[in-house]
Order: sequence, then C-alpha cells, then structure tokens
Amino acid sequence: MLNVYEVNTLVYDSDLCNGCAMCVAVCPHAVFEMNGRLAKLTNAQACMECGACQLNCVPGAIAVESGVGCAAAMIRAALTGQKEATCDC
Amino acid sequence: MIDLASITAVPKIFPTTYRLTARNRWDHFLARVGVKRGEHRLEPGLYAVGNPTPDSPVFVTANYTLSFDALRSSLEGIDGYILVLDTQGINVWCAAGKGTFGTNEIVLRVMITSLGEVVQHRKLILPQLGAPGVAAHEVKKRTGFWVEYGPVRAVDLPAYLKTHKATPEMRRVEFPLRDRLVLVPVEFVHVILPMLAVAVVLYFVGGLLSAFAAVAAVMAGAVLFPLLLPWLPTHNFSTKGFILGGLVALPFALSVFLQHPDWVWWRQVGQALEFLLAMPAVTAFLALNFTGSTTFTSRSGVKREMFTYIPAMAWTFGIGFLLAVVLVFIR
Repeated sequence: MLNVYEVNTLVYDSDLCNGCAMCVAVCPHAVFEMNGRLAKLTNAQACMECGACQLNCVPGAIAVESGVGCAAAMIRAALTGQKEATCDC
Repeated sequence: MIDLASITAVPKIFPTTYRLTARNRWDHFLARVGVKRGEHRLEPGLYAVGNPTPDSPVFVTANYTLSFDALRSSLEGIDGYILVLDTQGINVWCAAGKGTFGTNEIVLRVMITSLGEVVQHRKLILPQLGAPGVAAHEVKKRTGFWVEYGPVRAVDLPAYLKTHKATPEMRRVEFPLRDRLVLVPVEFVHVILPMLAVAVVLYFVGGLLSAFAAVAAVMAGAVLFPLLLPWLPTHNFSTKGFILGGLVALPFALSVFLQHPDWVWWRQVGQALEFLLAMPAVTAFLALNFTGSTTFTSRSGVKREMFTYIPAMAWTFGIGFLLAVVLVFIR
C-alpha cells in the first residue's frame, strides 16, 4: 500500500443534506464544499476521521468511524487490553 | 443575620487579563518540555476579560493553560467572557476527541455559571476544533445557546469577529515547521532515558559505535523525523521512517569497513548489516508513533499502517539484533 491514508470510513449521502453548511464549518481539512444549496464531498481522502461533521449534521447525512489516528495510543490499547484507544495528550 | 449573597446564587466571575506574565510563559515552557503534563490547568468557570457588558461575546475554551492563554492574549482590546470547560487540563482538540470538551460539559458549565443571567444574548463562540466533541444543535436544545464555530486559531479571532465569517484559511489546520518544532522537546523527553540506558548497555557489549548507533536511530525518529516530515519521500510514516533511518545508518555501516579493514569480509558485512537492519526499524517505529501528534492522520489509515509495517519493523530489528548476538559470540 503506497498510501494507507487514501482510503477512510467517511460516507456522505447528499440526498439527506439540508444545506446547513455545518460540515463545511467544522472540517479542518476542507473535505466538504457548498455546491449551491447542498454540501458536496470534494476532498474525501483528506478526511482524518475526527467525527466533527457527523456529530454536527442534524439530518444525519454523514457517517464516519471516528477515533484518534494515533499509533502510540493504539499500541498502548492493544498492550493493556483497552477496547478504545485514547491518547494521553 | 442572613447573608443574602450566599443564598441568591450570584454567578462567580473570575477576572483575567490579555497580557501574559513571565510566570505564564514559564508555565508554557514547562508544558512544552513535558514537565507535569497534566497539571497545566486552571479552574473551570466563567472569566471576564476587559470590561464586558451583558452584550459582550462569550468564548469557550479548555482549562489547559496553553489554550486559555492563547485565547485571552488574542482578544487584546475586546471585552468578553471566557467560559472555561473542565477538560482535565487537556487542549481543545484532544479533549474534543475524548468528549471532555463536549456537549454535556458545555451544558453543565452554562448552568453552573448561570451564564444566561450574565449575558443577554444567546450565543457561544467555540473554537472550530472543539467540534469533534460538540453537537451544536444539542447545545441549543438543552441550554438555549446557539453555538457558533469560530476559527481554528485564536489569533484569527479579531478578524473573525468583524464579520463572524471564517475564511477558508481560518478553517484549515496546517502542520507547519513551527508547529512541528514545538513538539520536538516532548518527543525527546519521552525517549531520552530508555535511549541512554540502551546506549550504555550497547557500549559495554558492542563498543562506542554501537552505542552511538542507538542514539542516532532514536534521535532520527524523535527529533529529525518531526522536522523533516513533509520533505521525506513516500506517504506513509513507516516508509518515511525506514528511509530516514536507512540514511542515518549508512555512515555507521560504512565505518565498519573503514575502522576494521583487517576483518574477514563476512564479519565486516555482518556488522554493517546489523546497523542497516536494526537502526531503520527503530526510526520507523518512532516515526509511526508520531502519527498521533500530527494534525491529519485518520484512525483507519494508522491502523492499516500498523498492520502493514509493524511486522516488517519487528523482522528487520530482530534479524539485526540476532546478527549482533551471533557476531559477539563468535568474536
């Protein structure tokens, strides 16, 4: 795999979009853009799965498996048998 | 006599300033070098900066001193309130990821501080990076306050407040050299003791060159890697780490031939291979561990990266280590 970061868990259903533009406002990597009255997924591979858009999307048009993209936290979680990795920063 | 003030819940408001003191800066320095990491916090609650009136804006932040100080020092000349959430001394973005900078905490803090009685308007300005923990519509429903996501960086607030519209630049998170540089001391502090311990052991077993090799491999991963990140070829952190580690190992491998021209060829090659196999693995592992400190890696990407490359790191390190043991015994 030349770039493991090209693929992620972000899914968007524009049929459910109500055009509130919240996803555009909260995304730190400009993954969404407003295209007329609706949001458009224009830069999906930049998604870091922080979950901000999903949490602030009232009609539920966005789904993403959010979590910390931190190997140190995941290794620690695996070693200590934690279910969910959380960082200590 | 009954003290009226003690029964009517008068909202407590702490005063604060725009200006940072030498003590604040010392605290920032300690936080940046990883001293008492969890203790750079202030009391959650409502703070007043300047001379706010009931119409003044309310800014929400974390009870991490670096977050709070970045906010108040950016507000110079603006009268406002700062609602400090209890994020247990964690910065806004990380706390939002954990949910401590979150909907419930905002609702609770708005109630505890009686914010609705302090201000007349019903608007909270949040840092954009608080959004992974906050559902704006939930906050509205439960407190009556609208959530407005301001810019990512507090320094952009004065410009933002003129129009209450963030430019695309204000909404973007980057990871420039400066931001990577401030992370290096903490990365360094994390590895220094184990690195020195391993170097001392290696000095007695394998000599000075081996001890230096350990230091070089670790420093490459913890210090050079964060600084060189965007310029290292390939996309994945592990491959970037392998490449950097390989470059750092090269002079060590070459020096075997220069230092010991009298050795038989397989012993020269064997010792050179030790460096070329073990050092990049160490650097790559530290590089992979840096993913969490960056501003852009996704969980599913890091997971894929771990499954793809950790076995390779284990194998190369293991073979390099075995080779070293074997060569020590047949010496």
